Amino acid sequence: MPITADHLTYIYGGNKNLITTAVDDISVTIDDGQFIGLIGHTGSGKTTFLQLLSGLIKPESGTVLIDGEDIFARKFDLHSIRGKVGIVFQYPEHQLFEETVFKDVCYGPKNMGLEKEEIERRAKEALSLVGISEEVYTQSPFELSGGQKRRVAIAGVLSMNPKIMILDEPTAGLDPAGRKEILGLVEKLCREQKMTIILVSHSMDDVAEYADRILVINDGKLALDATPREVFNHKEELESYGLSLPQVTKAMVRLKESGIPVNTDAITVDEALTEILKVLKK
Amino acid sequence: MSIIKAEEVTFEYVRRDENGNVEGKNRAIDKISLDVKEGDFISILGANGSGKSTFAKHLNSILLPTEGTVWIDGMDSKDDDKLFTIRQTAGMVFQNPDNQIIGQVVEEDVAFGPENMGIPTEQIRERVDEALKTLGMMEFAKKSPNRLSGGQKQRVSIAGVLAMHPKCIVLDEPTAMLDPAGRKEVIRALRALNEVEKITIILITHYMEETIYSDKIFVMNKGKIMMEGSPREIFTHVEELEEYKLEVPKITLLAHELRKKGVDIPECILSDKELADALKKLV
Repeated sequence: MPITADHLTYIYGGNKNLITTAVDDISVTIDDGQFIGLIGHTGSGKTTFLQLLSGLIKPESGTVLIDGEDIFARKFDLHSIRGKVGIVFQYPEHQLFEETVFKDVCYGPKNMGLEKEEIERRAKEALSLVGISEEVYTQSPFELSGGQKRRVAIAGVLSMNPKIMILDEPTAGLDPAGRKEILGLVEKLCREQKMTIILVSHSMDDVAEYADRILVINDGKLALDATPREVFNHKEELESYGLSLPQVTKAMVRLKESGIPVNTDAITVDEALTEILKVLKK
Repeated sequence: MSIIKAEEVTFEYVRRDENGNVEGKNRAIDKISLDVKEGDFISILGANGSGKSTFAKHLNSILLPTEGTVWIDGMDSKDDDKLFTIRQTAGMVFQNPDNQIIGQVVEEDVAFGPENMGIPTEQIRERVDEALKTLGMMEFAKKSPNRLSGGQKQRVSIAGVLAMHPKCIVLDEPTAMLDPAGRKEVIRALRALNEVEKITIILITHYMEETIYSDKIFVMNKGKIMMEGSPREIFTHVEELEEYKLEVPKITLLAHELRKKGVDIPECILSDKELADALKKLV
């Protein structure tokens, strides 16, 4: 189920003096099963772009095609999109509200008008995917730890069986172990469940480690679209967008500047390790 | 002299059922004792739920200890008569800048604190200008906070605290919601406040690399302080930190892995520069 943005443009503000073009003529196609890292500074238009992709707001011009179908066409049933594109907002645990974990995860499929058995089957499947065991089903979601709450919230989206998952900074405010836990889960959804992932993150280290492809948004425009290795080769450009390099890439650049002849395209600790050992052996 | 002193501090949350009957107690902080020297840059690390934020709220009497005592610049945090002085001595900045900014104009927001302290108008002007200058936000004085980036908003929040002339600023994950440029801005501002203005900084964060310039790091786990030392002392313990759901900065990890492969570099490298200097000797 490829998703395509076709000359997508969105403008905020009715007042003519205060018009902001939040998304400016973005065209891009994301193929099945890709792990996309979406980066850009605060206010770059990332979130508006995501809202357009998931049909939550309508574009000024241009459109979004899911599986070749124009989602903003009059005959398209926008309700059906929730079963295709799942969206996990920032701090999704703030949206938990039911008495028990299980009921909360059932809420989405219930609203889709499914049979009770199917609803429960999906909720169980989603909870097992995120690693929440059955003893927790009857607990209140508010009694769980931060990382657990966030996983339950993600299960609530998974239970609608989307093929495309959009996650807006799913690790904000979590400790390092919690971050790894959530990103590991997202990676599993991509590699094992073959879901398409669009991950918004302010952590260059995280997108470097997990994404197949990175989209950089700046001033509402698609500024870069390439593999992590290529994107992080544009140090000055990224810095001018208020972004930065992964910590190890930054270190490799520093090593090179100090006269150590390393290749600076390493983006993870393992890659940097291999490269430095190679240079030392010479 | 110590600006913050905690002695055997315990804090318990009381759990109640629907009818308000006590069900039990959760001990969020468990007999913490620590001492913060005036002028130090302190970082507190710990997993979600380790008690960091609960402890931070004890540093300006938002929470009072169930047992034990906290002294802020020599004042007992339980001393009601000193409440205003305590809050003025130790200011707090939280994670989400949008929840802390109330003014319609940047300079009004920064003036809110000193106004509440009853400072005369002309002095408020001075304090606001000075605080905005220190944080590099003077050019935005007349702007609406809504139009600022996350990093700029957070610097406005810090300016608001600074205008109260605190001796100590406690920041609870001030960079968690910021983009890379915003994070850099805020950390740079904190280091300047510490080095130039000699204000004691207590930084709570989940980003290890933000703590490498600290004078001291405290590591919390399950309401207790497990480790205390310089960044170099703390980040030598790669495995122990993992146990507490933490990690070491990526550069430190890279150097640690290089050492494991037999590369002869010093233990616990913290910055790009240290790594470059160590490796230069080998090539």
